[in-house]
Amino acid sequence: MSKENNSLIQDASQEASWINVAALHKIYNTRGGGKTHALSDINFSVKKGEFISIVGPSGCGKTTLLNILAGLISKTEGSASVSGHEVLKPLPEIGMVFQAPTLLPWRTILENVMVPVEVQKLDQKKYLKKAKELLTLAGLDGFEDKYPNELSGGMQQRAGICRALVHSPSVLLMDEPFGALDAMTREYMNLELLRIWKESNQTIALVTHSITEAVFLSDRVIVMSPRPGRIAEIITIDLPRPRTLDMMNSDAAGVFVKRIRKYFNAANVIE
Amino acid sequence: MKFLRNRPEYVLVPSVFIAFVLIWENLVNILKIEEIILPTPSQIGDALYFQLSNPLFWSNFRITSQETLLGFTGAVIFAVIAGTFISQIKVVDKAFMPYLVGFQAIPKIALAPIFIVWFGFGMTSKVVMAATVAFFPMLINIIEGLKSADNDQIRMLRVFGASRFQIFLKVQIPCALPFFFAGLDVGILLAILGAVVGEFLGSQDGLGAMVLLAQYNFETPTMFAILIVLSLMGIFAHIVVKALQRKFAFWGDSSNFIGN
Repeated sequence: MSKENNSLIQDASQEASWINVAALHKIYNTRGGGKTHALSDINFSVKKGEFISIVGPSGCGKTTLLNILAGLISKTEGSASVSGHEVLKPLPEIGMVFQAPTLLPWRTILENVMVPVEVQKLDQKKYLKKAKELLTLAGLDGFEDKYPNELSGGMQQRAGICRALVHSPSVLLMDEPFGALDAMTREYMNLELLRIWKESNQTIALVTHSITEAVFLSDRVIVMSPRPGRIAEIITIDLPRPRTLDMMNSDAAGVFVKRIRKYFNAANVIE
Repeated sequence: MKFLRNRPEYVLVPSVFIAFVLIWENLVNILKIEEIILPTPSQIGDALYFQLSNPLFWSNFRITSQETLLGFTGAVIFAVIAGTFISQIKVVDKAFMPYLVGFQAIPKIALAPIFIVWFGFGMTSKVVMAATVAFFPMLINIIEGLKSADNDQIRMLRVFGASRFQIFLKVQIPCALPFFFAGLDVGILLAILGAVVGEFLGSQDGLGAMVLLAQYNFETPTMFAILIVLSLMGIFAHIVVKALQRKFAFWGDSSNFIGN
């Protein structure tokens, strides 16, 4: 009996939130001396290993929210923590994928993936192996010694994902990572991302302006609305996993997409 | 034949040269222009051959090369140090940049007489002259280069926990390299110019002094011959800098450098 209780407690602690955002506000001072309320009273938490997306019309503060979690910009009020650490500067347990691949053109793909290892002064030998494994996982084996301009946009972005994962962060933040890719490559990248996620078991927070992408990938979707940026609804996507592209044609998926699109329409913005 | 179709310049460039030389040679002969006014290419060629087989010429060549390289090296070192401080520390930028721009407005060749007063008729005044003329374009390129780092790249490094120094090392310096080489390219040619001008104003040695001596002696072909040597020095330096640039800054887009 007591043994069962113990395992229940352990289960509960694993379920505990990994990313925690509470009563978060962000106010920008504008040039004219005014103030812009970019984020207003944001509350949510993300479980370890969970995949959440943040969507919303432009100006809703979704990128600001992600940048606060990344430790790139300061918050005005409230709390944002990752694995129990308040985010005051970039934390080593965070990896980030950007809108553009942002690879350094003078470094080979492998050297680019190793950037976080170098910067954080981790064991080069150990992580070199990890970097090569990630590149293989991302279908980039044989490209280690190529330079970024020798790769397609989709391949560059995959290298960017490898870079975000190389130092084994527990959280992966993604800022519209596939926005610059064409529709076909984008679908392919979504599948790749799910595959990599399944193998690495990171907690992922993805900012996207594609509603279907958010529904396809996420366990939960945080829908935000603008002026001031606030959470409109948090929707649990209970489509079964593993997800397939066909699933997106199902009625269940359509219902989620419609429900989210309602908020975009309310803000008079067409996706 | 296919090779010539793909690279027509390999035929065109020598053809233009040969045509130019032939027309020059014949025009001078037909119009009976005196050698002292405008020598024929063959007279210049003779003078050049004579100089190249003359040990005195080579000692002068060595002196001018040394002045150029020493001045150039000094200018590079000062430009790197000053450029680093100016680009990294705002206060230094604000306090000193106006003076540097003001200094740039001086026609630096006019400084040569002052340098001769300060540093004498020996090599030192020419080295300082070469360095002074070469310094500013390199400084501006280094500052622009260090400031050219992409904000997204800096942001990326910050997310992964990079310190300011690491950002300087891993992003700003590589970003500055293409600009740096563009600066070197301009700077080395200006250093040759500075050394020769220094020699014009007060020297017994160096290629600049040889040009003046040839003028006193009415040896116009020799003047032209030395001019050719000086041009070849510049072309050689340019080729070396370009080769270094291709090796160390292979990703660079050289369309927006200053002074090109």
